[in-house]
Amino acid sequence: MTPFTTLRAVAAPLPIANISTDDIFPGPGATGLPAGMSFSDPAKMGPNAFAVMRWNADGSPRPDFILNRSPWDTAQIIVARDNFGCGSSREHAVWCMAAIGMRCVIAPSFGDIFYGNCFKNGMLPVRLPVEQVERLLSLTAAPETATLNVDLTAQTVIDAGGGVHRFEVDAYRRDLLLNGLDEIEASLRAGPLIEAHDAAYCARRPWLRADTA
Amino acid sequence: MKGGNTTYDKIWDDHVVEELPDGTARLLIDRKLVYEAGSVQVFRGIRAAGRSIPNPERVLAVPDHVLPTHDRSPEALAGMPALLLEELERNSRDFGIEHIPLFDERQGIAHVVGPEQGFTLPGTTIVCHDSHTATHGAFGALAFGVGASEFEHIMVTQTLLQRRSDTMRIGFDGVAPAWIGGKDLILAAIGTIGARGGTGYAIEFAGEAIAALSMEGRMTMCNMAIEAGARVGLIAPDETTYRWLNGRPKAPKGAMWEQALAYWRTLPSGRDARFDREVLLDVSALAPQVTWGTSPEHVVGIDGRVPDPKDAGDAAQADAWTRALDYMGLAPGTAMADVAVSRVFIGSCTNSRIEDLRSAAAVLKGRKIADGVHAFVSPGSGLVKKQAEAEGLDRIFTEAGFEWRLPGCSMCFGGPFDSLKPGERCASTSNRNFENRQGRDGRTHLVSPAMAAAAAVTGRLADVRDYL
Repeated sequence: MTPFTTLRAVAAPLPIANISTDDIFPGPGATGLPAGMSFSDPAKMGPNAFAVMRWNADGSPRPDFILNRSPWDTAQIIVARDNFGCGSSREHAVWCMAAIGMRCVIAPSFGDIFYGNCFKNGMLPVRLPVEQVERLLSLTAAPETATLNVDLTAQTVIDAGGGVHRFEVDAYRRDLLLNGLDEIEASLRAGPLIEAHDAAYCARRPWLRADTA
Repeated sequence: MKGGNTTYDKIWDDHVVEELPDGTARLLIDRKLVYEAGSVQVFRGIRAAGRSIPNPERVLAVPDHVLPTHDRSPEALAGMPALLLEELERNSRDFGIEHIPLFDERQGIAHVVGPEQGFTLPGTTIVCHDSHTATHGAFGALAFGVGASEFEHIMVTQTLLQRRSDTMRIGFDGVAPAWIGGKDLILAAIGTIGARGGTGYAIEFAGEAIAALSMEGRMTMCNMAIEAGARVGLIAPDETTYRWLNGRPKAPKGAMWEQALAYWRTLPSGRDARFDREVLLDVSALAPQVTWGTSPEHVVGIDGRVPDPKDAGDAAQADAWTRALDYMGLAPGTAMADVAVSRVFIGSCTNSRIEDLRSAAAVLKGRKIADGVHAFVSPGSGLVKKQAEAEGLDRIFTEAGFEWRLPGCSMCFGGPFDSLKPGERCASTSNRNFENRQGRDGRTHLVSPAMAAAAAVTGRLADVRDYL
């Protein structure tokens, strides 16, 4: 996994609450199955990202959508309102964002499954209080103040107006991102401990063993 | 760290393998459900790293997501469904996983099939790479919806790394009136706490109205805990749970059943249990619920009206309501019962079980759906379909003008087969009224199965209580 340490990039404001994973990665009922999109290969999911917001039904770009306008067409950060990534567990939402270069999302709150999925893919979700997010939404809406500095080591976001916004993140997840760790490999090192607990658990709850059902 | 005396904490503590310094816990996961669409990347990852899946008998695979519900001929399945079905079959075979194939009568939606087979049991931890996994919490289990990478981690390591949630108890006081079921209770709860009101919480649904609720109604409620943002929704097991489970194919038998039962009876939250947040709802006068907007929190009683953004709590909410009304093509102040619908969908992991079909059929019996309405039912599993047909429900539906379809996720998420056309308005028993969820520019109103049937008959959102 690509580590995440610091990022200086243009941020695209999406001043909308409850942006769901259906908005981020629409299902085939919303987009059809056009040749350019992929529903199975994460690396090819870029065109799927925000497809309904980003493309007209005929596939042409919607000029009013922020990611279709300069300088936000180079954005690597999204700033949004409450409950970003709510809904479906589809990790495709993170994959398609990564495929268009996104590395970070800032919002007051996140859908819980989406939030967890980010850490598996080198994407940093940052929770900040509503007032600070509203400030970032205003600043990043202007091209000259659209750039943010995100520092995971210091746990800060610095805006173009000099505002420094400190954020919290679990130490375990922070380490995963900072070091780009393979979480499964790390967990497999706990194998003997897991097996011992599983054996004790199965002895305690014998009806869960397949041969007793 | 030991938790409190809630059902959630008891099951959590029973599964902790270790705690990391920052409080993240490693939990043993008992049961894993797999379906065709989202598992491709999971198995690809496991194969690419040359890893194995320990204890594959703790996994159950069943296709549900990307299936046609009108026709299962080779022509109808050609392309994406056939490829995904083949891949699920191959992966199941190679890793020794039990697989319920498409043409098995047990095939259906994973969250219908798991409980139906007794794969879902009280006190267990259950995961699926699907957000509606919380459904299984209805049995007093900890059921987590996870992404593909997390699922891969669980398949290989048998564990999930997660922090203990805060706990919330939502108490439903009073006796629910006629026609008020699990769907109305959960929509009312989401309307009260909001679509992110449950974020970071494990929610326990409790109280008089829950004690009286069937397993089907409880599954509907836990299913939509995720729509309130909650990681887990659960209901403590009781006699209703045990009666429903006893005799299911994978439920314990004989002495093992008795031993399990003795343990399950210890699971309900203690009288002294402390929750981080408590919410109380009086359901004795609750009206059937219907959504007006594009989030499940945009909900009112059927006797209510579309709200005015001028009455929103703050500017962000006013923005969200304006955007939702624009998308839905509704004006503030419109009576919900004046909103015309042209599509009706009964199905999904939320409302496709036998009781759901019975309640819709009770409304439809001897009636016809309105001109211009296209309505269909997709039973939650082959076994639900068979049971419904044995009871003659299929004929009630078809004589009323509904199509009687095959089991699958169908139009809940706008898959490649069943979706709304731009501008179509649908009364739907599914779980999400998000923009474009059921098809590009489709407009979804979430309702109970009985309310969906009433909407089909009148051609607009209608108060099912008028059908008493």
